[in-house]
Amino acid sequence: MVASPTWRGFRDAFRRHPTAIAGGVILLVMIAIALLAPWLGTVDPQAVAPVRRLKQPSEEFWFGSDMMGRDVYSRVLYGARVSLSIGIAVAILSTLLGLAIGLITGYIRWVDAIVMRVMDGLMSIPPVLLAIALMALTRASMENVIAAITLAEVPRVTRLVRSLVLTLREEPYVVAAIAAGTRLPRILLRHILPNIVAPLLVQATYVCASAMITEAILSFIGAGTPPNIPSWGNIMAEARSLFQIAGYLILFPGVCLSLTVLAINLLGDGMRDALDPRLARRM
Amino acid sequence: MFAYVVRRLLATIVVMAVVALVVFLLLYLTPGDPAAILAGDAATSDDIRRIREKLGLDQPFLVRFGGWIAQLIRGDLGTSIFTNLPVAHLIGQRVEPTLSLTLCTLLVSVLVAVPLGVVAAARAGTWIDRGVMAFSVLGFSLPVFVLAYILILIFSIELDWLPVQGYQPIREGLWEWARHLILPSTALGTVYIALIARITRASMLDALAQDYVRTAQAKGLTPSEVLVGHALKNAAVPIVTVIGIGIALLIGGAIVTETVFAIPGIGRLTVDSILRRDYPIIQGVVLIFSGAYVLINLAVDLSYMLLDPRIRY
Repeated sequence: MVASPTWRGFRDAFRRHPTAIAGGVILLVMIAIALLAPWLGTVDPQAVAPVRRLKQPSEEFWFGSDMMGRDVYSRVLYGARVSLSIGIAVAILSTLLGLAIGLITGYIRWVDAIVMRVMDGLMSIPPVLLAIALMALTRASMENVIAAITLAEVPRVTRLVRSLVLTLREEPYVVAAIAAGTRLPRILLRHILPNIVAPLLVQATYVCASAMITEAILSFIGAGTPPNIPSWGNIMAEARSLFQIAGYLILFPGVCLSLTVLAINLLGDGMRDALDPRLARRM
Repeated sequence: MFAYVVRRLLATIVVMAVVALVVFLLLYLTPGDPAAILAGDAATSDDIRRIREKLGLDQPFLVRFGGWIAQLIRGDLGTSIFTNLPVAHLIGQRVEPTLSLTLCTLLVSVLVAVPLGVVAAARAGTWIDRGVMAFSVLGFSLPVFVLAYILILIFSIELDWLPVQGYQPIREGLWEWARHLILPSTALGTVYIALIARITRASMLDALAQDYVRTAQAKGLTPSEVLVGHALKNAAVPIVTVIGIGIALLIGGAIVTETVFAIPGIGRLTVDSILRRDYPIIQGVVLIFSGAYVLINLAVDLSYMLLDPRIRY
């Protein structure tokens, strides 16, 4: 059988970056599971059935049932939607915000002095604590969780963008553009931005991975997604006092979360290596 | 050099001031009435007014901020809404378990991670190197509480070697204290070890490619003398930097670890305060942890002068 060109391309890519492709495939499977959750043999993840509390995994309950008799398999699959959308939303929001703030601070001196002091302060507060403080002051909702984690992630993205801008503005083609009288917005869009996109994309994957872990931590300690939404963190939080008799309540969501985060990290590492082969040998 | 130290101290004071300002502003920047949210859904309007007065939200912004800063400088972190006790006192009671957990983890992690990174770099490309890198990626991906439960299931419930939960103060005996910290420290330290090992390896690979390493080898030093005496010494600055920055991971992780292992430390206090919506305590914890983090990183910055005499300021 002659392999089709796309298949051969995929096989070559896999040979060169096996872990990155594996990460990409796992991530795609997880996204597919999240999107197709209603059609994958699930029942209503919120359906309470007190007579069937805490059943071990079986033919009827693939991942067992929790202390309210809800089907853990359905909750874990629907949980993929919550955890992935929070991770992706935080990655997009903090990348865009960090990009905007970083571009401005990299170019306007007096803004830089003020904004970077604020960023230094924000970065001195451990991210989980900053998110906890924000969540304590707001009502639990998915939007507030996204906002709280985004605020904790923005300073790191800003720092990266700013340092890239500071290097790029010394490049001969930028100096030439300035000498030719190009206006600032055009310099930023045409000369600076295209050189930032790639490293920013790598950073976005790490932000996504870290945001999913932070969401799980927040939900686990009761400062995250509202308890009625089945996020992976929430399923594990409810098992806190039960794990000795119902370890599967932690096992299934825990494995899904770890696997997804691992996939995103592998994808990010692969992208970073592809961008900077010199760095690839070191990291 | 003296000028550098003074400059770093001043910069640290500025950062601390910004941290205080940010923590203070959170009360004003969050949407909705924080007093109503903190009071909970079952609160009467009297409860809400009491909390508003307690947080000083009934006073003008600048008056309140000035008063708060003056309090902080005197070491007064405010009073708890729930227990009416001073926050500084409540945190003080919980310092020992948290300090035991984080310091043990810090020490063990550095002692494990740096050799791992050095060996991985010295044997770059071999299965040892691949193993260390695989461990590092895995360590970044396992959330601390998932790892904690796996460890408890294996070592406490299946094998029955170590206690499931709890904490023993150090004055009750060194062995009992250490026994209760083995699993929490392992769970908490894994991501930190992954981070330090990764940077150590990268930094060592850079150093090993330098000319002075070839010179050292040429003049007949043993491989271990070259690795430790020449390469590691020159690779030290990034390693020490990441040890300092990684403390943020330890602090966030300690809150979760204390919850899983029922350790009565500051993290446990934080989680209890979230459930009771006792904001002054959370505010105090954020300030204390951030302050510690800033001071540790100041120490890291100052240590560069000892680690690398080439750095002149």
